[in-house]
Amino acid sequence: MSNELVKLTAAQMAEKIRNKEVSSRELTQAELDVIEAAEPTMHAFLHVAADEALAQADAFDKKLAAGDTEGLPELAGVPIAIKDMIVTKGIPTTAASKILEGWVPPYDATVIEKIKAAGMPILGKTNLDEFAQGSSTEHSAFGNTYNPWNKDCVPGGSGGGSAAAVSSYEAPLALGTDTGGSIRQPASFTGSVGVKPTYGGVSRYGAIAMASSLDQIGPCARTVLDAALLHEVIGGNDRRDSTSIPAPVPPVAAAAREGLKRDLKGVRIGLIKEIGGTGEGFQPGVAKRFNEAVEQLKSMGAEVTEVSLPHLSYSLGAYYIIMPSEVSSNLARYDGMRYGLRVMPPTGVPQTAANMMAYTREAGFGDEVKRRIILGTYALSAGYYDAWYGSAQKVRTLVIEDFAKAFEQVDVLASPTAPTTAFKFGEKTSDPLAMYLGDVTTIPANLAGVPAISVPCGVDDSNMPVGFQFFAPQQHDEAMYKPAAALEAALEDTWGGNILTKMATPWLAD
Amino acid sequence: MAEKLMKFSEAVKKYDPVIGLETHVELCTNTKLFCPAHVEFGAEPNTQLTPVSLGLPGSLPVINATAVDFAIKLGLALHCKINEWSQFARKNYFYPDMPRNYQISQYDKPTNGEGYLDVELDDGSIFRVPIERAHIEDDAGKNTHVGGADGRIEGADHSLCDYNRAGVPLIEIVTKPITGVGERASEIAGAYMRTLRDIVKALGISHARMEQGNMRADVNVSLRPSPDAPLGTRSETKNVNTFRGIEKTVTYEIRRQAAILDDGGEILQETRHWDEATQTTAGGRLKTDADDYRYFPDPDLVMLHITPEHIERIKAQMPEMPRERRNRLQSEWGISDDAMRDIVNAGALDLIEDTVKAGATAQGARKWWLGEIARAANEQEKSLDDMPISPSDVAEVEKLIADGKLNDKLAKKTVLGVLAGEGTPSEVVKKHGYEVVQDTGALEAEVDKALAANPDIVEKLKSGNMKPMGAIIGQVMKATRGQADAKAVSALVMAKIKG
Repeated sequence: MSNELVKLTAAQMAEKIRNKEVSSRELTQAELDVIEAAEPTMHAFLHVAADEALAQADAFDKKLAAGDTEGLPELAGVPIAIKDMIVTKGIPTTAASKILEGWVPPYDATVIEKIKAAGMPILGKTNLDEFAQGSSTEHSAFGNTYNPWNKDCVPGGSGGGSAAAVSSYEAPLALGTDTGGSIRQPASFTGSVGVKPTYGGVSRYGAIAMASSLDQIGPCARTVLDAALLHEVIGGNDRRDSTSIPAPVPPVAAAAREGLKRDLKGVRIGLIKEIGGTGEGFQPGVAKRFNEAVEQLKSMGAEVTEVSLPHLSYSLGAYYIIMPSEVSSNLARYDGMRYGLRVMPPTGVPQTAANMMAYTREAGFGDEVKRRIILGTYALSAGYYDAWYGSAQKVRTLVIEDFAKAFEQVDVLASPTAPTTAFKFGEKTSDPLAMYLGDVTTIPANLAGVPAISVPCGVDDSNMPVGFQFFAPQQHDEAMYKPAAALEAALEDTWGGNILTKMATPWLAD
Repeated sequence: MAEKLMKFSEAVKKYDPVIGLETHVELCTNTKLFCPAHVEFGAEPNTQLTPVSLGLPGSLPVINATAVDFAIKLGLALHCKINEWSQFARKNYFYPDMPRNYQISQYDKPTNGEGYLDVELDDGSIFRVPIERAHIEDDAGKNTHVGGADGRIEGADHSLCDYNRAGVPLIEIVTKPITGVGERASEIAGAYMRTLRDIVKALGISHARMEQGNMRADVNVSLRPSPDAPLGTRSETKNVNTFRGIEKTVTYEIRRQAAILDDGGEILQETRHWDEATQTTAGGRLKTDADDYRYFPDPDLVMLHITPEHIERIKAQMPEMPRERRNRLQSEWGISDDAMRDIVNAGALDLIEDTVKAGATAQGARKWWLGEIARAANEQEKSLDDMPISPSDVAEVEKLIADGKLNDKLAKKTVLGVLAGEGTPSEVVKKHGYEVVQDTGALEAEVDKALAANPDIVEKLKSGNMKPMGAIIGQVMKATRGQADAKAVSALVMAKIKG
């Protein structure tokens, strides 16, 4: 019974709650049961907030019983997991770093306020690469998260925890943060749906900053409609974030529902030549599934063309200058002075503030974080600024222009979400560059500030999921939800259900 | 170790001094520059905080629009080019009083660009100080070093951080190198700071209290052999927060650097500190190429867009500038340049203006504020502002005189009574019975007595020698315990003699 419940989509759960077929508490408890069973082998969570979640569920159930749910979003009462990069009042928040171990935030991120206001119980905090820096979650200071499809494989990153939690049924929904693909690539690796909204579409207040000009909070879900419904809960203008767009959330749920009708007549889709849109250059399994998905889109009436965004070839290089530059400044505050880890210098070393900061940062940060801080510090140095940061910003402008021009010809753009399916643990940890190269498909959306979504489009020969990515113009997130939902529906017809039905779930009892 | 100094007059004969001032003005907004934390001087440590001012993970800055308007006001007053687009940048460096380990400032796109400030010198001449920029930034917290001597970090065993000040809005006004100052270098530096203080106060954008650190200056001084030589290496004396300190820093640095140059030495580019106790500057940190703040545009803040229409709106709210106001008041009051300068230097301009507004004549107001009250303030080492007498009190005394209810002597006693905290002028008058004797009969009797006792004086007066009149008035005054109106006494005496 409880397995049936947790396998429902968030939209279905919400409906059952509204119809009082199930209470938020029952649902929350069912998810906590899955978490308890799955976590020993999954390790998607860094902290499970069972008591708080149940208390929130009870509070919502009471409201519902009192008929006091007027104005609450559709997902009211449905539990959710939160990437441990987003601050939660009273619940430890670590960014998967030793330097923040034990820190309990005194405030809630704007998205958390919205989640709480929606009566959505928070199940806990999910694992990630330290400070969201990585593409496999192997850089977490607190251990790996396992891919539910294959325990030898990474779940992607940095949001491997949120993606694994959602695809393993530990949570129907999760929040992620996406700086260079940290929501979409793990979605692709785990057969789930992940969305990076338009930059400024969701408040960043309370999202621990990695690279402020690229970071964006977004939904992780098992269906496009669920992602859209969550997008509407968390989106919208926030006066506490200067980069927040003063406009309401685009009508993404309506667009997703429209897409479920499987009619894409008049929708112009451009396949991006430079990042696998021709189906070439990427892992064969990825290319094959991508091309089949394109045929599905055509069969639903979409006009598909090939589009060139010439400067995308430079976007990876630009990203790996801009991102670490901002990282080097954003992570300067972790110095042992005010919160988190403090390591005093050993005896014999002068006990100065500067030395304490140095020893704390040495002990508190992992290698990948240090690598990026050093890179960024160098790129911003006097005499190098123009050559590195300055040039990278120029590339960024060109990438933005490329997208703008392309969107004059087509409604949405498309590419594989990642060049490969999930790789094995340890495969890329000794070669940072190989790890970085995997971000080539996701980075352009962050550089350009445009929204992008990853939807599953099948599995490769090793039964590992492949992701299909749509991009939409800034502030038109709805444009990508429609074809994404249509593709999902068409493919589910061929699969006979959600892609996750192809995944073995030994952690679920029965 | 005392440093070698050259005589000032000799130094400025041999070298051409160039000065520069970087002044931090703390704005008096209700809340901080990037968050709604309250700003209040002297609050309990670490009570005026939000996640933003503490730089907590996830927190984001949002610009305080009032602070921007204050900056525009100052920009207009300093004839600056107000940039339509300005940008905040991060200045990265590690220090325990900086919650984020970067300061949010403005770098290549400040809100206020080039401008100038005309400064009036002691001789009434005007010196134009060129302004490079006036940009917005946030302040750091405050460290208190415990366990060492004089609260210095050297020898301290621990330090306390108070982040109340962290995030308080500042404007930094940077002059261009000020050339052509010669022997008036320190006078110009001091006059510039005073003028700036007056403007900032008039604009109402800062409490401008030097002693609370609302205004503090970094004083740059360099010497060169002649006005056509390239600029010499400068020293930067940090955070000087008294006018006299600024003037003395300039003088001291000119003398010190001249002595070094004269010995064939080299000036180090360094930061120094003004030591009030020894009246010297002391060497601090050497400035090197390693000082790299890695400025870059703050991605958390969008560019500031200041439209011409907005600037016009602010222009319409600009108050009269101090120099224009002084000129206007001087002509309204009909006083000389010297008299006006005395008033300004005594810090009595506002007080006298308010006293006149309360009904006194300019002459009367000036007499009290620069006379009796100034004397008392001097004795108590207080500023006129802090004396327990208000402009309306002074105006009331003047009215009592005009109404013939007080003579000069009683008026003085009344003022002293107010200063002693005995109440308002009328309360003091009532308490001590200071009123002039209005009863002509009583006065006449005293006059008669005085005349009868001094037949020789009566003779002299009758013969037209008016000199001894004072003696008679004195006696009557004595008899009435000073409460007679001297004019009335004099009139009575004349009537008696003629009669």
